[in-house]
Amino acid sequence: MIKMLDELKKAFFIAKKDLKEYYFKPPTISWGIMFPIVFVFAFLIREGNKLWLIPGLLTLSIFFGTTSMSAASIIFERRMESFDRLLLFPISYYGIALGKTLSSFFFGLLSSAITLATIWILFPVPIHNILLLTICIIGSALQFSSIGVLLSFAVKDPMQSMTVFNSIRFPIIFLSNMIIPIKKLPAYMLLVPLAIPVTYSVESIRYSLLGTYDIVPPTISITIIFASYLAFLYITGLLIRKNIP
Amino acid sequence: MDAIIVEELTKYYGNLLAVNKISFRVKWREIFGFLGPNGAGKTTTIRMLCGLAKISNGSAYIAGCNLAKDLKCVKKSIGVVQDVSNLYYELTAMDNLLFSGEMYGLNRKERKERAIELLKFFGLFDKKDVKFKHLSKGQKRRLVIAAALMHKPKILFLDEPTIGLDVRGRRMIWNLIKELNKKGLTIFLTTHNIYEAFSLCNRIAIINKGKIVTIGTPEVLKEKFSGSEVLEVAFTRELDKKDLTGLSGIVKVIGTGRSFKIIVNDPIIALEEIAKKARLRGVSLSYINLRGADAEEIFLRIISDKNVG
Repeated sequence: MIKMLDELKKAFFIAKKDLKEYYFKPPTISWGIMFPIVFVFAFLIREGNKLWLIPGLLTLSIFFGTTSMSAASIIFERRMESFDRLLLFPISYYGIALGKTLSSFFFGLLSSAITLATIWILFPVPIHNILLLTICIIGSALQFSSIGVLLSFAVKDPMQSMTVFNSIRFPIIFLSNMIIPIKKLPAYMLLVPLAIPVTYSVESIRYSLLGTYDIVPPTISITIIFASYLAFLYITGLLIRKNIP
Repeated sequence: MDAIIVEELTKYYGNLLAVNKISFRVKWREIFGFLGPNGAGKTTTIRMLCGLAKISNGSAYIAGCNLAKDLKCVKKSIGVVQDVSNLYYELTAMDNLLFSGEMYGLNRKERKERAIELLKFFGLFDKKDVKFKHLSKGQKRRLVIAAALMHKPKILFLDEPTIGLDVRGRRMIWNLIKELNKKGLTIFLTTHNIYEAFSLCNRIAIINKGKIVTIGTPEVLKEKFSGSEVLEVAFTRELDKKDLTGLSGIVKVIGTGRSFKIIVNDPIIALEEIAKKARLRGVSLSYINLRGADAEEIFLRIISDKNVG
């Protein structure tokens, strides 16, 4: 128990350090905050079913906020060799992975708060279940941060990280029920969104905001969100160990 | 038990053998130098001993901790300064030290006191609120060493501590290393700077192509190779270095054009061979001087001599 608390404490210290170090890095601001806001404006100003779009846009902002922070903090540190410093501290690889997801998580919360406020100003929408929405935002931010951290360690060449990140993030925008209803997809394509963890966040956030979901019930979505967070965290720990030459 | 015990340590990167069954011991309170040319295996060795690279074969005990079985114990006992100044750029000098303290489990009061103590010791107290990115190269290097000392480690690993520094910066780091050692810290340092190794270290291991060539005190190494002599020669016209390399009595040829420094193990035979070759190429010797080898030349002789052990 004491060992676990010690790891948690150190993970928080890593997150605190990351926030101080990477909050204002250009890729974090541009991809993590500016890009989602531009998306919000682009979709909410035009005609169409805005109500259905809002949960997707909120999820998109958390997704880009968290993953941009992971990309900045891990890839930059790997390039500058300062990631080695973390490996020299008496903390487990899982503790490091947790610390890295926490900094992305906090940044994702900030990004979602900005987006939510922007949406609110443009299109005031009644919230179906505020407690559930909070849980869904927290869960989604954790899940996306673990995806971002995992990807950051999986990228072999840090110089090409943004290309790799965006070639994964952009298809997800269109395949995870964020802005294109998956109901419109042909039946044989339906497995694709269901295989993308982000879909479950979109579904749960949509339910907590509007009280309806498209395919997956919120209980299943929320279970998958938290389970996938733990799974990605575990895989990241293994990947850090594997990356040691 | 010694501070560091390394036995048959081996590292492969794929098929490449980077470190080849090296064994050595470092005593407590000594400055132990790992001297070798670039690519000799110095950094790979230090990375294995710190847990930044996996060991392919062999074993190591650091401060009594088994590296393979208890890496956390090793990490708590050592401070590591890598060959790059890799602290966090947006954090101030003080914040960088406090973060190190946090990660080693120091409480709030301890880490603040220790950070101030180290900033003063390293002459950086007036820079405590300056971001790391705005420090000079020498200041960055000192701060990196300070960060490695936050938790009062028993052993300090320094990988090329003075790389990229000017003479003043280098001397400042050397003095700090000596002072830290006087305070009781065991230091393991890697360097390719012969003067640094010979003037700082109590004992030196010379490594080349992944193998330890010899280990000894600077005095013993100088004594062991006291037979090394250097023939300084100049010719009336340019001569190809290849013409001299490999002649009898010659260990190593340094230089190009008309002047060469030639490390020899038998000056008489070497001189005869050089004169013969010069005649063959139609040039004459214009200058000859025989003298004892300096530290750099001793090092070159050691790494050139396959039979040294």
